[in-house]
Amino acid sequence: MVTWFENQIPKVVLAPSFVALLIFVYGFIGWTAWVSLTRSRLLPKYDLHGTIQYKKLFSSPRWDTAMENLLVFGVLFIVISMCLGLLLAILLDQKIRVEGALRTIYLYPMALSMIVTGTAWKWIMNPGLGIEAMVRSWGFESFSFDWVINPDMAIYAIVIAGVWQASGFVMALFLAGLRSVDGEIIKAAQVDGIPNWRIYSAIILPSMAPIFLSAFIVLAHLAIKSFDLVIALTGGGPGYATDLPATYMYAMAFSRGDLGQAASSAMVMMGVVFAIVVPYLYSELRAKHD
Amino acid sequence: MAPILDIKNLYKNYGATEILKDINVAIEPGDFLVLVGPSGCGKSTLLNCIAGLEPITGGTIDIGGRDMTHVSPKDRDIAMVFQSYALYPTMSVAKNITFGMKVRGVDQATQERKLAEVAAQLQIEPLLNRRPGQLSGGQRQRVAMGRALVRDPKLFLFDEPLSNLDAKLRVSMRSEIKKLHQNLGATMVYVTHDQIEAMTLATKIVVMKGGVVQQIGTPAEIYNHPANLFVADFMGSPAMNLIPARTRRNGKALQIEIERAEGEPMVLEGEHSGELPADIILGLRPEDIAEAGFRSGQKVQAAECRIDLVEPAGADTYVVSELGGRQVTARLHAETKAQPGAMLDLAFDLGKVSYFAPDTGKRLN
Amino acid sequence: MTDFAPMSPAATQNRNSDVQKLALRWLLFAMLGLFALFYLMPLFVMVTTSLKSLEEIRTGSLIAFPRELTFEAWRTAWSGACTGIKCEGLQPYFWNSVLIAVPAVLLSTGLGAANGYVIAQWNFRGANLIFSLMLFGCFIPFQVVLLPMAMMLGKMGLAGTIPGLILTHVIYGLGFTTLFFRNFYVTIPADLVKAAKVDGAGFFRIFWSIFLPLSLPIIVVTVIWQFTQIWNDFLFGVSFSQAGTQPVTVALNNIVNSTTGVKEYNVDMAAAIIAALPTLLVYVVAGKYFIRGLTAGSVKG
Ligand SMILES: Nc1ncnc2c1ncn2[C@@H]1O[C@H](COP(=O)(O)OP(=O)(O)OP(=O)(O)O)[C@@H](O)[C@H]1O
Ligand SMILES: [Mg+2]
Repeated sequence: MVTWFENQIPKVVLAPSFVALLIFVYGFIGWTAWVSLTRSRLLPKYDLHGTIQYKKLFSSPRWDTAMENLLVFGVLFIVISMCLGLLLAILLDQKIRVEGALRTIYLYPMALSMIVTGTAWKWIMNPGLGIEAMVRSWGFESFSFDWVINPDMAIYAIVIAGVWQASGFVMALFLAGLRSVDGEIIKAAQVDGIPNWRIYSAIILPSMAPIFLSAFIVLAHLAIKSFDLVIALTGGGPGYATDLPATYMYAMAFSRGDLGQAASSAMVMMGVVFAIVVPYLYSELRAKHD
Repeated sequence: MAPILDIKNLYKNYGATEILKDINVAIEPGDFLVLVGPSGCGKSTLLNCIAGLEPITGGTIDIGGRDMTHVSPKDRDIAMVFQSYALYPTMSVAKNITFGMKVRGVDQATQERKLAEVAAQLQIEPLLNRRPGQLSGGQRQRVAMGRALVRDPKLFLFDEPLSNLDAKLRVSMRSEIKKLHQNLGATMVYVTHDQIEAMTLATKIVVMKGGVVQQIGTPAEIYNHPANLFVADFMGSPAMNLIPARTRRNGKALQIEIERAEGEPMVLEGEHSGELPADIILGLRPEDIAEAGFRSGQKVQAAECRIDLVEPAGADTYVVSELGGRQVTARLHAETKAQPGAMLDLAFDLGKVSYFAPDTGKRLN
Repeated sequence: MTDFAPMSPAATQNRNSDVQKLALRWLLFAMLGLFALFYLMPLFVMVTTSLKSLEEIRTGSLIAFPRELTFEAWRTAWSGACTGIKCEGLQPYFWNSVLIAVPAVLLSTGLGAANGYVIAQWNFRGANLIFSLMLFGCFIPFQVVLLPMAMMLGKMGLAGTIPGLILTHVIYGLGFTTLFFRNFYVTIPADLVKAAKVDGAGFFRIFWSIFLPLSLPIIVVTVIWQFTQIWNDFLFGVSFSQAGTQPVTVALNNIVNSTTGVKEYNVDMAAAIIAALPTLLVYVVAGKYFIRGLTAGSVKG
């Protein structure tokens, strides 16, 4: 019947993407999960051997460093980007004429590849010829800024580059949020004689709670997936000092030939991402259905 | 004449919730059927079912003598005007109106002729090259009408086409639609939750509540003989007075006793051949209560009431008094001397009275 | 800060607050300017460094303008720098990236539009579940699909090829493109589809005549988003390519980290700018849409 056929068209259109999704996302996650429970080395093996890979992973000092780095990097990256982004958004929201130009300047790093960002900052923070050399040439002979090659500080160098890249994005998010607050509410508050900073703290910011949340989610997501930035800036070094789970996984998969470790570390990464993202998505989807 | 639209035992569920329950409606060619009811009662859903935009759960829909239950909207020979107008935002007014013909492969010359006709009829010629975004609400409404008119269908479906207009425009568009209906002799199904619109436009009204048809009838039937308390309360503005009362038989005569705020209960002589329960609800429209001496007729009876509120409304003055524990509104002439707090003799026209059972809400006479 | 008290205080106080206002205004501009410097500095350093000779880099200051402009570094970066053994510059890899990005952007955008249209306007049972699954799919760390994808590409005979990378980018870009279009199309009233159905139009006709003409802004947003993502990708590029098929980001990283010979910082910087140029250009030309994409993707999530 014609109508029956017509009714199937939307499903037919969606079907290829759905199949791809099932295989390439969910099927592959399943495969990785399976392999993470085997003794696979260079080649995948499919006999289950319990959680030996995870035991090995959690007793590996290199993985320990990677997780620790993720925590330090993640927290600093998210907190600083959020604060800086919010500050910039509020400053830009003061009806200034050059807003467009400034916005463009603050946000352009987001258009760059992390590899480019890493390359640029690696050069800038290069102790021999970069900022350190520059400040020393100004007469501050004892000035030292060797973070990229200092195992204790290298992770903070990555934070700087990461914040530089992503804070403009947070600014754009918040600015859009500030602009979407109902103008009449603000006018009403102004008529009531409420000072500007109170309007921000009591009316505008609370109404932007969802934006804080999305900014957090996006940044957290960026932090956990960070791979390129580390590769370009420090290559995970010095030693393993700036290894992140993403670089650990890559090393296991492609240079060490240890599929079991690669799979189990990938699963842990996914666990971390989903611990953050799933509650958010769940509440988002629920809110939409109501 | 064969009905042009015949809905039999229609049921519609969304998931597990029943939205429409056992709807049976039939209309003749040239009828103007108005579906009226409170928000969320399923009017739009019913209209969408008629259009074929929503599949139905049970029952049948015939249009023009053909079973259309499983036919897709484009083959039902209908046209529809939406509450939001649903004009295609990227097309000019002219394109909006001719899109349906274009899809159906009507030739260019016919398209242009029909467009010109409709544009002249609705006086939207100057707007033809504009986009919907550049039109006022009233103009958009006309374009939406134009898109329907150009189809020349068996059945027009309107979903609250006037509800987004301001009050004045609404009244003038209302009469235009009425004129249109008379000139075209077309059959229309019209959804509204505005009972005045329903009364003025309809040749036939369907009152709905909670997905169930409450009453089907001409505007006069609905107004004068509401089938139950819901219809009585819903249709008419100000609403019908629904006054709790007790009945007793005094020989053949029926006596109706109504509590007053102070003093003895008021007793009216009713007329009803059948049995009535001891407690009833008495329905009287405000215009059926007048100032004593200004209303004559066999069944008009006067009683003294205390006036609580006087509301002059230009042509009439409404007064409110408490009877049977309810606020009862009476429509008096504009020059009445009624004063708040004073007593006034009111005349009740029991020739127009409705009796309802308090428990089931059903009409008793 | 402005105080809108209806009962205005005495005039002197007014003057005071005027002075205060002016001072605050200057402070505001000073802060905005400093931040602008912070964001611009790396770009400035990259550009000036790329225009200096190695000699000048070694002796001069990081932020000094070049005394003598030379485009030698750019030439080397484009056609002579070494990425490992080969020394043919970024050029071939730049074109690889173009060959990967263009089809992948077009395909993923087209599919995303179709998917978004179905999910937003032709809701059938299960469509929302599919959408939720897609949404979750947007957020997976790609590491979790890296190994099986490598094997799959091998089985399909696409390992290390450009079509393989295109396929990868299309599949893992679909979630976001669908999300973009879906979020755009749900704001379009359902009555529009109903009206078109009554007018006799079908699934494809409605999409083509009514939704597509409306979609220009979201198409631009999606194309820009996808282009930026794919052009800037490194993980898939480094994992699924081989010597001749690497995208520009991978080649850039190889140039910068190649250990042979003298470290040519000016060449590194020129190469970095070349690799960044297409997305920067897009950003400068269509920044409005770039921002809209970033915010639309996450505000309305
Ligand atoms: N797609 C849907 N899924 C589930 N329930 C729905 C859907 N569409 C409508 N309903 C429910 O069906 C009922 C009837 O809705 P309908 O739109 O027909 O009301 P209506 O009488 O037209 O009201 P209004 O005067 O406000 O337009 C409502 O309770 C509504 O919540
Ligand atoms: Mg409705």
